Amino acid sequence: MVRSRGPLVDAATGKPNVMPRHGLVVRITHWLTAIGTFALIVSGIAILLAHPRLYWGETGAVGTDSFIDLPIPFVFGHSGWGRYLHFLAAWVCVASGALYIVGGFATHHFGRHLFPSRHDLAWPNLRRTIADHVRFSVSRQSHDSYNVVQRVSYVIVVFVAGPLVLLSGLAFSPMLASVTPALVGMFGGQQSARTIHFFAAAAVVLFVLVHLTMVSLTGFVARVRAMITGEARDAGAWPRPALSLSQACPRPGLGLTPGGEES
Amino acid sequence: MSRLLSRRRVLTTGLTAAAGLTGLGAFHAAGRNGLIPPDHFGLFGVGETLTYAAQRILAGDHSLAREFSRADISKVIPVNGAAPENVDYHRLLADDFRDWRLRVDGLVAQPRSFSLAELKSYPSHTQITHQACEEGWSFIAEWTGVRLSYVLELVGVAPHARYAVFFPFDEFWESIDMADALHPQTFLAYGMNGETMPIDHGAPVRLRVARQLGYKSIKYLSRLTLTDSIEKFGKGLGGANPEWGYSWWAGI
Repeated sequence: MVRSRGPLVDAATGKPNVMPRHGLVVRITHWLTAIGTFALIVSGIAILLAHPRLYWGETGAVGTDSFIDLPIPFVFGHSGWGRYLHFLAAWVCVASGALYIVGGFATHHFGRHLFPSRHDLAWPNLRRTIADHVRFSVSRQSHDSYNVVQRVSYVIVVFVAGPLVLLSGLAFSPMLASVTPALVGMFGGQQSARTIHFFAAAAVVLFVLVHLTMVSLTGFVARVRAMITGEARDAGAWPRPALSLSQACPRPGLGLTPGGEES
Repeated sequence: MSRLLSRRRVLTTGLTAAAGLTGLGAFHAAGRNGLIPPDHFGLFGVGETLTYAAQRILAGDHSLAREFSRADISKVIPVNGAAPENVDYHRLLADDFRDWRLRVDGLVAQPRSFSLAELKSYPSHTQITHQACEEGWSFIAEWTGVRLSYVLELVGVAPHARYAVFFPFDEFWESIDMADALHPQTFLAYGMNGETMPIDHGAPVRLRVARQLGYKSIKYLSRLTLTDSIEKFGKGLGGANPEWGYSWWAGI
């Protein structure tokens, strides 16, 4: 069955179709988290540059074995403002994240929009959705609901990567280590926590890059507008006609036609 | 639609006003309870105040930094910085610190100076603790010294003292709040890894603040003073590090 994109105007009223998409809590927390995450990434890099070596265990310093030597130079002098900004941004993300989690359960956002259904997770459906993403042909997906790849990535970021970044970050605070030593033990030491913090943050960065790419591919302006106003106005422009990489640069042998041939 | 929008506007305005008032109220309450750091100015100050207040409330006065065994002591302990170039320091060093004194004054009942021999005659304690540099590296070492709280008891702390301010022979002056000053793991340390404090690590006596980053544990101590107002010192930010852009609170 080809999923309907909806008519341009409502047949009964003659008004443009307005599809509600994003709830108020989702929109507010999305932008707060976006600003906070951007600040965390910038300041995180500033802090990392002071010592771009990662270790495993409790301790580590130049002269000891590293877990990984990041191929970037030591640059001193930016960790001061870096740490000030990092904690300010972390508070923004924690507040926003808490509001999002509470709001998400209260409005059934998670149940309705984020948790993938058993049907979605069935291998044939999963395979088809993943294949669509790999071919940059997601625009043939329905836009009134998140597909299974989106749902799984959102769930991982919200419930795994985000909390992991937070907890591993807290674990290398000497003051908090004195309050809950078990937090440090959980990560196998304060330097291990720092290393895990780096990789969990890297996963978030990867998510942000893919997220921005997908938003750009499927209509940046319309999607940003939907995340601000909460509504997908003008069904003619939204969902916009499929313009995918596979269409822009067709490759022989993939057998893809724009718009898809789902049946 | 318009009903929905106006309801939203009322809701948003109400929530913003409530949040603003709560924030203002919380700031005043925090000020009364000593939960505002000296570098609380500007946008970054909001984050700093939240972090300091949250950690002070969570940790209380008595949470203890983890202690390790001798086997955990790091074999590599990098040195940041160098011994002070101060002439007085080198004169005292040449004489094995026999004439060195730690001056303790400010909001105390009896200002006093302590010699190294006097400090060593007081009950000695040892801790094997983790110290992290703000840059990201860390080590575990054994520190031996007298509890700062013991020395403060000898001079008598005035009830309205809020900060202990430390002056070394170099420019890295620092301050800590009274909760950390009276903490059982806050030492005036004269020994490290079973030996006399090496010059590189702060001889004759350095401060050891177990629950904060390394830059609070300043070396080469010369004087400490108790105060009720940190604004009287330097630029009022509580230390040389905050004046160079590093946060005063380093419990991170």
